[in-house]
Amino acid sequence: MIEVKNVHKSFGDAYILKGISTVFDKGKTNLVIGQSGSGKTVLIKCLLGLFSPDKGSISHDGKIYSQLSPKEQRNLRQDMGMVFQGSALFDSMTVEGNVMFPLEMFTKQSQSEMRDRADFVLKRVNLDDAHKKYPSEISGGMQKRVAIARAIVMNPKYLFCDEPNSGLDPRTAIIIDNLIQEITKEYDITTVVNTHDMNSVMEIGEKIVFLKNGIKEWEGTKDEIFKTDNEAVTNFVYSSELFKKVRQMYIEERN
Amino acid sequence: MGYLASIGSYAIMIVEVFRKPTKWRIMKSLILKEIDELIYGSLGILIFISFFIGGVVAIQTALNITSELIPKNLVGFATRQSIILEFAPTFCSIIMAGKVGSYITSSIGTMRVTEQIDALEVMGVNALNYLVFPKIIALLLYPFIIAISMYVGIFGGWVAGVFGGFSTSADFIEGVQLDFIPFHVTYAFIKTLVFAFILATIPSFHGFYMKGGALEVGKAATTSFVWTSVVIIILNYILTQLLLG
Ligand SMILES: Nc1ncnc2c1ncn2[C@@H]1O[C@H](COP(=O)(O)OP(=O)(O)O)[C@@H](O)[C@H]1O
Ligand SMILES: [Mg+2]
Repeated sequence: MIEVKNVHKSFGDAYILKGISTVFDKGKTNLVIGQSGSGKTVLIKCLLGLFSPDKGSISHDGKIYSQLSPKEQRNLRQDMGMVFQGSALFDSMTVEGNVMFPLEMFTKQSQSEMRDRADFVLKRVNLDDAHKKYPSEISGGMQKRVAIARAIVMNPKYLFCDEPNSGLDPRTAIIIDNLIQEITKEYDITTVVNTHDMNSVMEIGEKIVFLKNGIKEWEGTKDEIFKTDNEAVTNFVYSSELFKKVRQMYIEERN
Repeated sequence: MGYLASIGSYAIMIVEVFRKPTKWRIMKSLILKEIDELIYGSLGILIFISFFIGGVVAIQTALNITSELIPKNLVGFATRQSIILEFAPTFCSIIMAGKVGSYITSSIGTMRVTEQIDALEVMGVNALNYLVFPKIIALLLYPFIIAISMYVGIFGGWVAGVFGGFSTSADFIEGVQLDFIPFHVTYAFIKTLVFAFILATIPSFHGFYMKGGALEVGKAATTSFVWTSVVIIILNYILTQLLLG
């Protein structure tokens, strides 16, 4: 569980996060949604400890990142996995090398133990024939799978995904979304996913936090998001013609 | 960012490079890779350039000797002095600022814009140590290729002098050996080592702290080349004053 209390963050004159408070639950895919530029990535980088909040606090199961010693911070980091928006695979390493990298850095496992573990997580994300390929040789969807495999190879307690389905076709996007949700359940991870994709909300949104201009405008579940009267939320949710039509049909059906 | 602020963050970066080292098992292979890329990969171009610059220096010197009173061995002497004192250490370093410097800036800059550096930091890796330290260590071998460049440069002068009919082999070799001051070589290698550090760190700085996308990576590589060259030129002046003045 991650508790976010009144987090503020600005860069120079740009005031990005203006007092965010919320809780991300364990064993759930928590979604942070909002338009591009609303501060989702900045929030996730605060959760990761890459940015420190100007004000407010973030606690990971009671540990407040900013109050930990550098060594404790490093230990906490090793409990976190991150899937970056563009996958951020190391392009000088093979798929297998990417997945083994955290093990090589932080464990004393033998080469064959690391191979086995990498093979296991790569199979878990349904990739079993790309071990020796380089990131530039595989598709965007496969890169995402590798990024997920790398993020879970150390058995993290927390998994963060920044727009995991951006740049993917709708079908692949749904597969990736479901994979993230399955892994979250299977290993009982606290997962936070940034997205602006309503399909993800429909698929995996158990808890949803809606950001607008650096403020938490709304939060709730996926059932609630379709019923809310909050205008900012409905404008966001029903911005596509498809969802407008679905809503119209829903209202007509009710009357 | 102001110049002072940049110098400050450069200094902080250097300190950070030496903190919290990466596991030796991994670092070893990173260093070997950088030696291959930065040192071995630069050998060809430096040999090529040194040979022809040596030749040109010999020809220019010969063409400018008009008086019969000037000894014939001056061609060899002048070639040796220019190559050892300036062309090999300084001129080659400017070439390296272009070749190795832009490679370093663009490779680190690409890692920055594609969030690979964030990925390292999220894992708890000291990204500066991981990326910059092996480059500094690899470039400790830089004096070796400059030594080769000195030999080749003088050899280029000999070829141009003898086969171009500007000097006899005996005169040239006599000139090369004339009034040899061993400290000049020491001076050249001190400069080379300082330049090696500059070549590893200034381009890394420009890549590591860049912002933006692919276009900015290109711009950062250009800026990095300009600053690396400027700093090398200035340090060359200061070191010459300190060591020979
Ligand atoms: N390191 C940074 N320095 C300055 N401004 C930043 C930085 N990171 C993000 N921003 C700014 O923060 C705002 C929100 O960005 P971001 O969190 O990436 O939005 P989102 O992920 O919701 O699309 C943007 O205007 C962006 O320019
Ligand atoms: Mg974003």
